[in-house]
Amino acid sequence: MSVPPPLLAVKDLQVRKGGTPVLEIPSLTVEEGTILSLIGPNGAGKTTLLQTLASLIKLERGEIFLRGEKVTSNHGLLRYRRKLAMVFQEPLLFDMTVFQNVASGLKIRGMGSGEMEKRVMENLERFGIPHLVKRSAHKLSGGEAQRVALARALAIQPEILLLDEPFSSLDPPTRESLIEDLEKILRQTGTTTIFATHDRMEALRLSDRVAVMNQGRILQIGPPAEVMNQPIDEFVASFVGVEAILTGRVVKKDGGSFVASIMGREVEAVGDVELGESVVFCIRPENVTLAAHSFKESSSARNVFQGKILKVVPLGLYYKVQLYCGFPLVAYVTSHSLENLALKEGKEVVASFKATSIHVVRKRIKT
Amino acid sequence: MDLILEGILKAFYLLFTFDPEVMKITLLSLQVSGTATFISLLIGISFGTIVALAEFPGRRLVVSLINTGMGLPPVVVGLFVTIFLWRNGPLGFMGILYTPAAMIIAQAIIATPIVTGISLAAVQALPKNLRLQILALGATRFQMVWILIKEARLPLLAGVMAGFGGVVSEVGASIMVGGNIKGYSRVLTTATVMETSRGNFDIAIALGIILLLLAYLINLILTHIQQRERPR
Amino acid sequence: MKKWFSILGGGLLLLGNTLLLGLVPGVTLAQQKNIILATTTSTQDSGLLDVLVPIFEKKTGYFVKTIAVGSGQGMAMGQKGEADVLLVHSPEAEKKFVAEGYGVHRRLIMHNDYVVVGPADDPAKIRGIKTTPEAFQKIASGGALFLSRGDNSGTHAKEKSVWKAAGINPEKQKGYQQTGLGMGQTLNVTSEKKGYTLADRGTYLALKKNLHLDILVEGDAILLNIYHVIEVNPAKWPKVNAAGAKAFAGFMVSKEAQDVVKTFGVDKFGSPLFFPDAGKKEEELGK
Repeated sequence: MSVPPPLLAVKDLQVRKGGTPVLEIPSLTVEEGTILSLIGPNGAGKTTLLQTLASLIKLERGEIFLRGEKVTSNHGLLRYRRKLAMVFQEPLLFDMTVFQNVASGLKIRGMGSGEMEKRVMENLERFGIPHLVKRSAHKLSGGEAQRVALARALAIQPEILLLDEPFSSLDPPTRESLIEDLEKILRQTGTTTIFATHDRMEALRLSDRVAVMNQGRILQIGPPAEVMNQPIDEFVASFVGVEAILTGRVVKKDGGSFVASIMGREVEAVGDVELGESVVFCIRPENVTLAAHSFKESSSARNVFQGKILKVVPLGLYYKVQLYCGFPLVAYVTSHSLENLALKEGKEVVASFKATSIHVVRKRIKT
Repeated sequence: MDLILEGILKAFYLLFTFDPEVMKITLLSLQVSGTATFISLLIGISFGTIVALAEFPGRRLVVSLINTGMGLPPVVVGLFVTIFLWRNGPLGFMGILYTPAAMIIAQAIIATPIVTGISLAAVQALPKNLRLQILALGATRFQMVWILIKEARLPLLAGVMAGFGGVVSEVGASIMVGGNIKGYSRVLTTATVMETSRGNFDIAIALGIILLLLAYLINLILTHIQQRERPR
Repeated sequence: MKKWFSILGGGLLLLGNTLLLGLVPGVTLAQQKNIILATTTSTQDSGLLDVLVPIFEKKTGYFVKTIAVGSGQGMAMGQKGEADVLLVHSPEAEKKFVAEGYGVHRRLIMHNDYVVVGPADDPAKIRGIKTTPEAFQKIASGGALFLSRGDNSGTHAKEKSVWKAAGINPEKQKGYQQTGLGMGQTLNVTSEKKGYTLADRGTYLALKKNLHLDILVEGDAILLNIYHVIEVNPAKWPKVNAAGAKAFAGFMVSKEAQDVVKTFGVDKFGSPLFFPDAGKKEEELGK
C-alpha cells in the first residue's frame, strides 16, 4: 500500500524582487484536508508565499507539485491555478450583484447557467447570506462583503484555498462570527487551506499546523501546541507568545465548569463545552503560582500539580520559570520569590493556577 | 435676440420638413464622428488598458505623451493629415484627401488620445489587488483584461462620450481634410462655419442647434448604457 | 453580454454604412473621375457653382471637389499640384502663376465688380467719388476705420492695388485693421464697427439686409473683379487630372455655362451677380 503524495509540495522555492531574494523555502508540504496557517511579522513573506503558491508571482527557482505532479509553465499553470482560489484582505468584489460575484469564478470556467445557479445558492446558504443574492455589491457591510468573497472562492470547489489575512479588516464581533462559520465550513468540505494571519489565536483555533515565517523563510512548522510551547529560537518564541498551550479532551462536565484530560492529568477549567470534545488551554505565566515542594496550603486553585523545574531564565524585573508537571508549564516569579523558594534547575515545585484563569479554545474534531 | 429666435424656428422648420440637405449633413456628421469615435474606442480602450496594467521602461514617458495628446489642437492634426494625404504626400496614392474618409482619419486621431488617456486613468484607479484576485479565480489574461474593463465601465464610457463630443463639434481639421464639399463632405460644423461666413445667421444658428440636439441624443444613449448597468 | 454585442454590432453597422455611403464613391472612384477645383470663398458663397457644377457633373460624369479657399491659397495649391483647375479672380497673381509655368490656358470667364461700402453717414465723405484711389486717400487722411480681409484673397489683392494706385501704405494708417476672414464676415465686422471696406457686389447684395452699410463708390474701372479659369500645368505635375481640368475649363467657357452666368441672381436680387465674358479680351471690359 503506497502512501499518496501530499496535495501540495514545494521544493527549493526562491522568489526574487528586484534582484533580492524575498522568499526562500527549501521544502514545504501540505496534506489534503488540512489547514496550515502562516504567521509572522509584516514583511515576513506570508503574502509573497501565498501569491507564489497561487502562481501569481513568478518563481526564480524551484518547483511546485500538485498531487505529485509538477506544475509546469504556460498551459499547466492555468490548469493548476484553476484548481485553487484565493481571498484577500479586502473583499475585492466586482461592481455587480452578489449572485454575479459568486458566479464569476464559474462563469470564467464556462459553467452552464442551471448548474451555476445551484452552486451559487449552495454557497450563499453555507455562509448564511442567501437573502443577499440580488443585492448590489457596493451596498454590503464589511462582514457581508467578506462572506461573499469567501462564497465566491468556495463556489469553484477549489482543491486549495488560499486566504491572505481575510479577517483582519473586520471588527471583532464580525470577525468572531465569520471565523466560527468558516471553520465549520472548511471542516465540512474538507478543503485544504493555507491562510496567513498575524493573530496567533486565529492560527491556534483554525489550523492543524502553524508555520512561523520571517524574512522570507519558514523558521518553524508544526502543530500549534508544539510551535507555541517549544519555539525553536528566540524570535519564534517572542512571536508566538508566552502562554502554555495544552491540548486535551473533555472528560467531565458539571454546569459551567469541566475537566479535561491533558496528557493523563486532569485539569479543571470553566467554559461551555461538550463531553469528549477536543479543547486547547492557554495558560498565561502570570496566572501560575509556584510553591515549595511540601507546601500544602489550600488556595482557591483547584489545579495543583507537582513538577520539576527545567529552566530558569532571567528577564530583567522577573524570572521565567519553565517546568514540567505532566505537561509543560511556564511561570513568572519575582527575584524575591526566586530567592525565597530557592528555585533552580532540577528543583521539585508545586505549580497551581485557577480554573477561571485558563483561556479555553474549543477545537472541532477533525474528520 | 430675435436672431436666435429666428434660428430656433428655422431649426425646427428644417428638421420637421426633413429638408434633404440638412438631413444629409446631419447624417454625415453622425457617420463620420460616430465611426471616428468607434475607431478611437477600439484603439483607445485597449491601448489605455495595456499601458495601465503593464510595466515597461519608459512607461512614464508614454503616459505623459498620452496626456499631452489629449490636448492636441485639432487644427494642427488637420494640417498634418492634409500634408500626408495630399497628392504629393506619402499617402497621396490613396487619393482620399477631401473625402469623408479623410475626415474620419483626422477625427480618429483627435479622439484616440482622449479615450486612451481616460481609459488609462480609469483602469489605474481600480484597486491594486483586483487584477490578482481575478487571476486567482482562474481567469486567463484575456478574461482578466475583459473583466477589468467591465469594472471600469463608468469612467470608460465617460471617455467615449468625451471623445465623441470632441470630434462631433470639431471644425478646423474637418474643413481642411474634408473640403466642405456640398452633399459629400459637408457636416454640421463645417456647414455652420460656411453659413456664418456667408452671413446666413439664421441657418447657421439652426445648424448649431441641430448639432446640439444630435450630441445630446447620442450622449443620452451612452449615458443610459453607462448608468443602466448599476444594479439598484 | 448581449448588450455588448449589440454595441459592437451597431458600431460595425455604422462603419459599413459610412463606407458604403460616404467613402466608396470618393475612394474607389477612379482617380480620373475626380477633379479638384480650387476657387474662392466669395465665388462659392455666391452660389453660382452650386448651379454650374451639378450641370457639368451630370453631363460628363466627373465628380468635382470644390475646395473654397482664398485666391492666394488656391494658387499655392496649384503650385503644388494639389488642385487640377482654378477659378480665381486675382489677375496680377494669376499672370505671375502662368508666367512661372504653373498654369496653362488661362481663360476669361466672367466679371463682376467691387464696391466701396461704409456707414450711411460717411464720415470720410467719399460718397460719389469717381476714382477709387482718391476715395482711399480721403479715408486715410481722415484716419477713418478701414477693414481689410488681409488674407491674400482676390479681394485683398484688389484692395492692395488700389492703395498702391493711391500711393499709400495702408498698414501705416491709423484706422487700418485686417480681419483675416472671408468676405461675408468682414462685411459684418465692418458693419458692426461702422468702418469702410472693399467688397464684391455679389456678397454685399446677399448680406445687405443685415448690414448697416451703403455703397459709396462704384463703377470705377479699377473696381472690376475679373474671373479666370486656369488649368494646372500637367507638365509640372503629372498627377494632375489634366483631362478633367480641360473638360471643366471648356465647360466654363461654353455657351451653356455662360448662359447660366448671365441670368444667375436675377430672381433673387433683381439684377445678375456676374457678367459672362468668355471669348472676350480683358482690355475690352469696363462696360
